[in-house]
Amino acid sequence: MSTVDLASVSVRDLNSRLHALPPGTNERHWRIVNPKGEHAIAAGLTLPLEVEIEGHTGYYCAGMNKAATVIINGHAGQGVAENIMSGEVRVKGNASQSAAASGQGGLVVIEGDASARCGISMKGVDIVVGGSVGHMSAFMAQSGHLVVCGDAGPSLGDSIYEAILYVQGKVESLGADCIEKEMTPAHAKTLRDLLARAGIKADPKRFRRYGSARKLYNFHVDHADAY
Amino acid sequence: MCGIVGLFFKNPALQSELGRHVQAMLIGMTDRGPDSAGIAVYHRPAGPGRSKLTLFHPDPQYRWREVGGALGEAFDAEVDVEHKSNHAVVIVAAPEDKARAWLHRHHPEIRIMGYGQLMEVYKDMGLPAEVADKYGLASMEGTHAIGHTRMATESAVTTEHSHPFTAAADMCLVHNGSLSNHNNLRKWLRKRGLEFETDNDSEVAARYFAYRLSEGATLAEALEAGLKDLDGFFTFTMGTRDGFAVLRDAIACKPAVLAETDDWVAMASEFRSLANLPGVDKAKIWEPEPAVVYTWSLPKAA
Repeated sequence: MSTVDLASVSVRDLNSRLHALPPGTNERHWRIVNPKGEHAIAAGLTLPLEVEIEGHTGYYCAGMNKAATVIINGHAGQGVAENIMSGEVRVKGNASQSAAASGQGGLVVIEGDASARCGISMKGVDIVVGGSVGHMSAFMAQSGHLVVCGDAGPSLGDSIYEAILYVQGKVESLGADCIEKEMTPAHAKTLRDLLARAGIKADPKRFRRYGSARKLYNFHVDHADAY
Repeated sequence: MCGIVGLFFKNPALQSELGRHVQAMLIGMTDRGPDSAGIAVYHRPAGPGRSKLTLFHPDPQYRWREVGGALGEAFDAEVDVEHKSNHAVVIVAAPEDKARAWLHRHHPEIRIMGYGQLMEVYKDMGLPAEVADKYGLASMEGTHAIGHTRMATESAVTTEHSHPFTAAADMCLVHNGSLSNHNNLRKWLRKRGLEFETDNDSEVAARYFAYRLSEGATLAEALEAGLKDLDGFFTFTMGTRDGFAVLRDAIACKPAVLAETDDWVAMASEFRSLANLPGVDKAKIWEPEPAVVYTWSLPKAA
């Protein structure tokens, strides 16, 4: 295990070291101390590393993550795991706005709450939130799953495409074209698997499923010529 | 883009450390605002029957002694002038509004940055570290302080356009964001007799809240009213003589983090500025909810 102290090493130097590792490296376990809210910690990883961060992170932590597992033992600032491609990012505390924004794959687990715009424009990532999410979560969500064990704020899933949302608690309001849908046994199984992968205990039977009504302009075949 | 910070001590034993911590917080927001910086510090009281004014003139050699002397003569009152670079803190044994009116009439070249009993306001161009240094922020004691770092995107980098904005005695506001109805609101406030010094939207917000407070609203009521009347993006942090408040608009695009311990409450645009506060490891840390008013006040003087 290599430990990097951000009190004495810059984030740029840390990230350069992580980016320079060759495939098949033995230096797979990294521990980062004193993050103190710095931005872009462990962003752009492309190898199956395991990076554990002891403290609160700033913007874009583990952004663009591919293959690596990044664990934040604290809160995460805006855009944690934005554009994640694969691998896993786990926040033990709360996450600020736009967690997992535009994520294309992989798993993002937020054990606490996520604030506004969680999963905005998600494109295939699976997100499991142990607590609640803020307003406009899953805005224009294209694919992937968002699981919320607590409540969802206003305008959940506004202008959603094909992403699937599961919420256990109260939904303050649904956004344009987002509706409640039937929880089939197949959906219940997907949800059970997601909760198991995230290591979060919850009863899938207590969740409701939400998705696209496919009624917005862009879904009408009459408008196909417009593009 | 801008950075804002605020620190409010619940435990009076910490007051001697205020400047040191606020300086570190302000410097933490350098990336968000390297063009200019401003601070309002609730420092030592001027004393009974006295008022405190923070004044600005771009010339660091400005004849502050002479002006102070004339002010004293005009009111037949004792005047104390502390000159710090292009600012001066003037304590005069006269009502603050009368002293301001005199300065306005006789020295229109002087800009009044802040006034009241406690508050001192310093703003200047340059990196936050340079601005903090210039006015000796690190050694200032007090109960609370608010700071702003500015990255100008739409208007000139000048001292006038820097925050905090003052609109009443011992009241100041810092703002990250932009208001879309500031022209209408300015008109509305002008009809009610308020005067404006700049075309800045944040000044409108400051005067709006001052107006609500002058109508008798509590700090929380003034901010609640602001949620209805102010349209646009904002994270505000506001200081009054004995109060500290944070408010974000309902869309909450502009960032904010709060941290609280038994000893203090701190606000910053980003956690970076809170990371070195004493006891932050045990602090409750959260993102203020959209359209929720947060206020704290000092206990009544013991």
